[in-house]
Amino acid sequence: MNKIFEVPLYPYARHADQDATPPARHRVVVVGAGPVGLAAAIDLAQSGVPVLVLDDNDKVSSGSRAICFAKRTLEIADRLGVGHAMADKGVEWNMGKVFFGDRKVYDFNLLPEDGHQFPAFVNLQQYYIEDYLVDRVRSLQAAGAPIEIRGKNRVAGVTDHGSHATLTVDTPDGAYTLEAEWLIACDGAGSPIRAQMGLDFVGRVFEDNFLIADVTMEADFPTERWFWFDPPFNKGQSALLHKQPDGVWRIDLQLGWDIDKAEEKKPENVIPRLKAMLGDDVQFELEWVSIYTFQCRRMERFRHGRVIFAGDSAHQVSPFGARGANSGLQDTDNLMWKLKLVLEGLADDSLLDSYDTERIAAAEENILNSSRSTDFITPKSEMSRIFRDAVLDLSEHHGFARPLVNSGRLSLPSIYDGSPLNSDDHLPGGPARTRPGAPCPDAPIEDGFLLPQLGNTFTLLAINAEAPETLEEAGVTISRLSISTDDATTTALRDRYLGTGASAIYLIRPDQHVATRMPAFDDAKIRAALRRTIGKE
Amino acid sequence: MPETLTLTANLATPDDTYAMLLSAHEGLSKAQSDALNARLILILANHIGEAEILKQALTQAKAGLIDG
Repeated sequence: MNKIFEVPLYPYARHADQDATPPARHRVVVVGAGPVGLAAAIDLAQSGVPVLVLDDNDKVSSGSRAICFAKRTLEIADRLGVGHAMADKGVEWNMGKVFFGDRKVYDFNLLPEDGHQFPAFVNLQQYYIEDYLVDRVRSLQAAGAPIEIRGKNRVAGVTDHGSHATLTVDTPDGAYTLEAEWLIACDGAGSPIRAQMGLDFVGRVFEDNFLIADVTMEADFPTERWFWFDPPFNKGQSALLHKQPDGVWRIDLQLGWDIDKAEEKKPENVIPRLKAMLGDDVQFELEWVSIYTFQCRRMERFRHGRVIFAGDSAHQVSPFGARGANSGLQDTDNLMWKLKLVLEGLADDSLLDSYDTERIAAAEENILNSSRSTDFITPKSEMSRIFRDAVLDLSEHHGFARPLVNSGRLSLPSIYDGSPLNSDDHLPGGPARTRPGAPCPDAPIEDGFLLPQLGNTFTLLAINAEAPETLEEAGVTISRLSISTDDATTTALRDRYLGTGASAIYLIRPDQHVATRMPAFDDAKIRAALRRTIGKE
Repeated sequence: MPETLTLTANLATPDDTYAMLLSAHEGLSKAQSDALNARLILILANHIGEAEILKQALTQAKAGLIDG
């Protein structure tokens, strides 16, 4: 059995800050060393911004937790240095089966699009991602980057003073005080910081419980996602079977609302349920069991002065569609380049309000999608169950009904349509998927893939077009990446970036989202777009 | 496909059509009838394909059912 989550990765060690008077002042403090907090810290540290991570624990999280990571997350993780570790360890899957009652109604193949460095999804236990991110922190430290993690440092209180925040931190040696110019709260769904600041967290609580069991078994189930509506082994409820690395299978069983959680978690109650599902002859071992209920809700605003919330602390969704951890990583992807510009004095702190605009719209999209999945999986009225069952029955024989079956709409990155940072789309015939606000899709280029060449800084992507090698505007340097569709091995680059046009210039943000695009370099338009993207227009 | 819902008479043999709808439910339990109606609505909605037409149809179908 896997014991990675029992090893302290960043054990408590007393720090000079604990004896400092006046309290030590840090530029950025990140609270929480889950995937979102670690990604936030690495993003800053790898571009030289000093950052301190505080965590109430000293290990990776226990149990598989988030297990399904989407392509966009792998792309973000690649920019942070762990994308390939995740993709190599993760289980790739494209096939799925849908069961209704005692029969299979259909199977599907996600048919991922070609020409991407990373697959559409991988399944990987959350503790592996945290482990890879901590490794990355260690290698950044070895290279002299200003990043530090303090284990068993629990934030007990936060006060925003306008120019900085003060934190009270509990440790095994007692409490101490720290100051932070900026505090990033990645302290999870139950966010103690959110609670302590008395901030709202409103939305819908779904009255349901799910039993999650990670089991190791030697079984010849294929690498597929199997979803059951109303199966004989869990009448009136749903079930999900999904494969993870190391021969671990993730099983989710819906239990309904009126249950005794402590009782249901006992192995003597879990094992018969699993036997009914897997068959009596399958040998398995329980690795981790948890019962969860979920909410679909978000904070009204994610930024509160010097304290900024990211990931589950800011928003929560149902697990269907894997929109929790995936959207949390998009939060930090969006926030960190803005925070860097503010810390460097190149942007006003009002730029951080665009994090609210862009990521609240994304949270709304995720909440809408995951609420709809939940309503399909657990119909809330007699008539919604009649329609749900009609869709499932029709799906067995008719292709038209299959797109209506909703067992989770898997996470896709949000397009920031309507963001105040976008400039106009000046590219006639340009593909909709690369319009201003969209994340750049990957494409094969002469010496590998496009996305690893983008990000961290502003890029002028010149396709079949002339542009200056570098450009400086408002103190920000834009570097050119010049490519030709003649060098590409497939038509993906043309299809994704030119559409019916012959050439294009894209201004791309450090988070790989498009700011503006045009057929040929236009100095005034690019400069204006850059100023708009950093909140100066 | 028109952009506007047809609300003028459009059935060549209205009595036959009505009888066909009713006879489909003969001998079914309430649960089976509900299932039949739901399936029929989904099949017809897919055939129509236009969300705008469906929206207008829903509005007309719902008229007078709830106060205000």
